[in-house]
Amino acid sequence: MAVEIPESDATPDPLNEVNSPSSKCVHFGVDQALPLDGGGTLGPWQIAYETYGTLNADKSNAVLVCHALTGDQYVASTNPITGKPGWWSLMVGPGKPIDTDKYFVICSNVLGGCLGTTGPASTNPETGKPYGLTMPVVTIRDMVRAQARLVDHLGIDTLFAVAGGSMGGMQVLQWAASFPERVFSAIPIAAGARHSSQNIAFHEVGRQAIMADPNWAGGDYISKGVRPTKGLAVARMAAHITYMSDESLHQKFGRNLQDRDSLTFGFDADFQIESYLRHQGMTFVDRFDANSYLYVTRAMDYFDLAKEFGSLPKAFQGSKTRYCVMSFTSDWLFPTSESKAVVKALNAAAANVSFVEVESDRGHDAFLLDVPEMFSTIRGFVTGAAAARGIPAPGGR
Amino acid sequence: MALTSQLTIGNDVRGDYRVVADFVPEGSRVLDIGCGDGALLDILVRERRVDGRGMELSQDGVNKCVERGLSVVQGDADEDLTDYPDGAFDVVIMSQTLQATHDPKGVLQELLRIGDQVLVSIPNFAFWRNRMQLLFRGRMPVTKYLPYEWYDTPNIHFCSLSDFVELCEELEATVVDTVILDGQGNKIPVRAPWWMWNIVAEQAVFLLER
Repeated sequence: MAVEIPESDATPDPLNEVNSPSSKCVHFGVDQALPLDGGGTLGPWQIAYETYGTLNADKSNAVLVCHALTGDQYVASTNPITGKPGWWSLMVGPGKPIDTDKYFVICSNVLGGCLGTTGPASTNPETGKPYGLTMPVVTIRDMVRAQARLVDHLGIDTLFAVAGGSMGGMQVLQWAASFPERVFSAIPIAAGARHSSQNIAFHEVGRQAIMADPNWAGGDYISKGVRPTKGLAVARMAAHITYMSDESLHQKFGRNLQDRDSLTFGFDADFQIESYLRHQGMTFVDRFDANSYLYVTRAMDYFDLAKEFGSLPKAFQGSKTRYCVMSFTSDWLFPTSESKAVVKALNAAAANVSFVEVESDRGHDAFLLDVPEMFSTIRGFVTGAAAARGIPAPGGR
Repeated sequence: MALTSQLTIGNDVRGDYRVVADFVPEGSRVLDIGCGDGALLDILVRERRVDGRGMELSQDGVNKCVERGLSVVQGDADEDLTDYPDGAFDVVIMSQTLQATHDPKGVLQELLRIGDQVLVSIPNFAFWRNRMQLLFRGRMPVTKYLPYEWYDTPNIHFCSLSDFVELCEELEATVVDTVILDGQGNKIPVRAPWWMWNIVAEQAVFLLER
């Protein structure tokens, strides 16, 4: 059977977690409003997060993990909506490269997201209705400012490490540039210091798909009791292609047909790849809010560290942070050249940088997958940084 | 750059590493190009307390370095040295790698631009055993120290010590010091004119300045 994109009566509802998340959550009042790059402030606002491991006495072992476009705070624990394990549980957990027996790991939902941090689906306290498009557009720097408030709230001065892939990697770079003295080590993976024209183009396709869905209703779909699931699913389908390599698609699906022996000479999902993409689109709408998708993709598009600082080396001038930059050979969304531009700038700024291009045919998604070379490099880098930071070994006193 | 690890003799520290390390001032800023698995850089960081960086072509090598806690970028000496600003390092080291680059002259120029001091160690193609193999056997030299056949050697730009010194002169670099070594990297303690060194040395370490 071909997978069909469902109508808008999807269950479970991704909006269940918007205002009262299952995770930890800090509320900031109007007096603690968050200044935004687009002008004005946001407040009251809230940030939803999870923590793993134990903060040590001198608060030197905190690791902030930043999630990607559609990620969430459940980096190493079960997502309450999907019931799936944490999105980076291969990387973060007891005995894992980012070892929760040793480090205190924090992961928060991004500003503009839909898993409990204030975003377009959140209820605007002034109106009692969802923000929708009245939510101000946010940037990667706004997301990082919000995280910094959370880190302040947790009483942590310097983060031992900030790590993340894709949009998470953008946040890592923003952290290092905006709060150099608060970041001991930085691990941007499969990322870049800007969103490329091609990347913006793909995002625009996704946004247009959402906004072309009549159920989007000018962004006011929640009040109208409908959901632009078709548009959001198409956006996800287009984006999903960019997360994989031609080779991995070919290996996984080739031109194989889906549950049939011959072509149907119609527009059903004849090919496995079509069925797979429809499935990806369909499951995505169960866990993500369409307006959040608009806001978060926009934040990525606006990201350009060189523009913010005048030049990329200036963004890292005088940086004492230890960097571990990583890219993947088959990633065409954030190709190695983007990581190398960051490395070049870090070298120009005489920063302390390691860089590895990991051989993988899995495309951009490689950072989320079981790629042993990635784990051994990160484990080595983190261990070396821990020694430099003077963090005792597990069980150490 | 493959040579770096090839030349590690057993678990012992390569002899030329000792010689190179002796030239590196305590606490200096150092870039080791073609740093392999990071053995030399590790010695420099631990024993000479340098602020050390490395560049290595192979992913495997970079991974081993990063696992040791060293700061190493994956890069190619022929292409990626332009990323570094002028005078970025007190000492730039290129150990047994120059002869494996595509453009040794351009690379050496870059080394002199990036580092206040440059330490280069190279094999001496004019070593007497090599001369004998060419003269009497009429074959490209293959020795324990340079074990490759002509068709599989990464060493695409061999030179003699005299050739190298001539290149330094052409680039207006000052040869501050030279140490000649045997194949195991032991110092050869002879005071002799250059033409003699060019026969007895199997390899040499040069300290250069702009």
